[in-house]
Amino acid sequence: MFQRVLIANRGVIARRIVRALNSLGIESVVVYSEADQGAPYLAEATQAIALKGVSAAESYLNVDVLEGVIRKTGADAVHPGYGFLAENAGFARRVAACGARFIGPAPDLIEQMGDKVCARQLAVEHNFPCHAGSALIASQDEALTEAARIGYPVMVKPAAGGGGIGMQVADSDASLRQAFSRAGVMAERAFGSAAVYLERWIENPRHIEVQVLGDGKDAMHLYERECSVQRRHQKVIEESPAPGIDRAELEPVLNRARQFSADIGYDSVGTIETLRGADGAYGFLEMNTRIQVEHGVTEMVTGVDLVAAQIALAAGLGLPKTKPLVGHALEVRVYAEDSRTLMPSTGQLSCFRPPQLHGVRVETGMAQGQFVTQHYDPMLAKLISVGHTREMAIGRALVACRAFEIRGVNTNLALLQKILTDPVFIAGNIDTGYLDRLLAKT
Amino acid sequence: MAQHEVESEVAGTVWKVEAKVGDTVACGDVLMILESMKMEIPVESPVDGKVVSINVAVEQAIEEDQVLAVVED
Repeated sequence: MFQRVLIANRGVIARRIVRALNSLGIESVVVYSEADQGAPYLAEATQAIALKGVSAAESYLNVDVLEGVIRKTGADAVHPGYGFLAENAGFARRVAACGARFIGPAPDLIEQMGDKVCARQLAVEHNFPCHAGSALIASQDEALTEAARIGYPVMVKPAAGGGGIGMQVADSDASLRQAFSRAGVMAERAFGSAAVYLERWIENPRHIEVQVLGDGKDAMHLYERECSVQRRHQKVIEESPAPGIDRAELEPVLNRARQFSADIGYDSVGTIETLRGADGAYGFLEMNTRIQVEHGVTEMVTGVDLVAAQIALAAGLGLPKTKPLVGHALEVRVYAEDSRTLMPSTGQLSCFRPPQLHGVRVETGMAQGQFVTQHYDPMLAKLISVGHTREMAIGRALVACRAFEIRGVNTNLALLQKILTDPVFIAGNIDTGYLDRLLAKT
Repeated sequence: MAQHEVESEVAGTVWKVEAKVGDTVACGDVLMILESMKMEIPVESPVDGKVVSINVAVEQAIEEDQVLAVVED
């Protein structure tokens, strides 16, 4: 096992990794930018090292500086968390060049899955279900030909990047011409590559993802997560198991995700995201080669510590034992953003009192007095509730949202309560358009 | 002719300026895009009119309620 692990991240996930390392008896080294001075997890880590600057580029994305920290502290492994450098193959290679282990899959796998066209191609080759789509599109004419084959409406998607940036829907030749040039420009600006491809647009899909773990030869799955409650392609509520879907329908998808991971020699924890159409057909969306924000949902229904499992896999200690899915878990993400306008909000947390309730796990990297700045994403905390039934998990999440006291910034706590009491959500009638429809109602 | 000050709803950075002084804009047209907390936040013209001034530059840090541009209708 490792002796000392550098955590190249901040906030909620940095604290989560510190906790996993502490439980494994491994020393933890955290780094922090000038904006994160006084974060509560700095004292929980074995060692905390200050980075110059406040912007992500100066601090958490600064590979040269992080390399210096690896060498200075003698860290023998690096955990990248999620976001920042977690899916950066170049960083993973630099870590290896320092003689340390990158806690994640092999850099080649990161690279293949980071290229959306390549990832899709791999899924097709390995018989993982895919919605109709194209390879890379070189010209407008080619786009029109491919769209005719796939059938409108189609989605124009950038090959690089993610988070929904640059995606355009087209329902006719005319709108495809427009979308094609616009998507290319946006992708070039955001990701430095104008490469795009087409995929059949699925109306009101559900986002269902499968948690997988691989040791390079063998692989396993730890069931699905339903993540359809989203705004701006960012998840707000996740749960497991997926409500209202027969296990008999899900089992083949879970097994194919496991088989796919084994076939490609996947050697860490990962998530295979799919879109499920109203007809019950699943299609590969992408594979995230890192620990996911919503991993806690799976932990609560399986009892497997996914971060510890990820560290063990990196150390070559093999896969954990498979576990049955028990009960229902639900995660709500508490964001510093207005419940009505969804505008992000910055400021000092004059009051920050997370709930302490039975059946509710709180994950946060914040504390009272800390500043919420414009430099990082607006997630303040995750509340993960668990119950024997979905109804119980929803009830506990609702109580937790009501009990969470935050002052100093606007939050989405009111919106979360609105979702958790909405009869449509309670009935499990959710898809990726659900939250926009709920917001439009008022 | 009334002048309308367009204020920022958030603290952040100017990512891209889409309009320039003298442009005729419609209500809802994007004048500039701000970046805050890893999100792109479009700033739209509140009225149909003409851009009289753009008060910020790309990469400039801005405060909440800061006047970003003035549109005259």
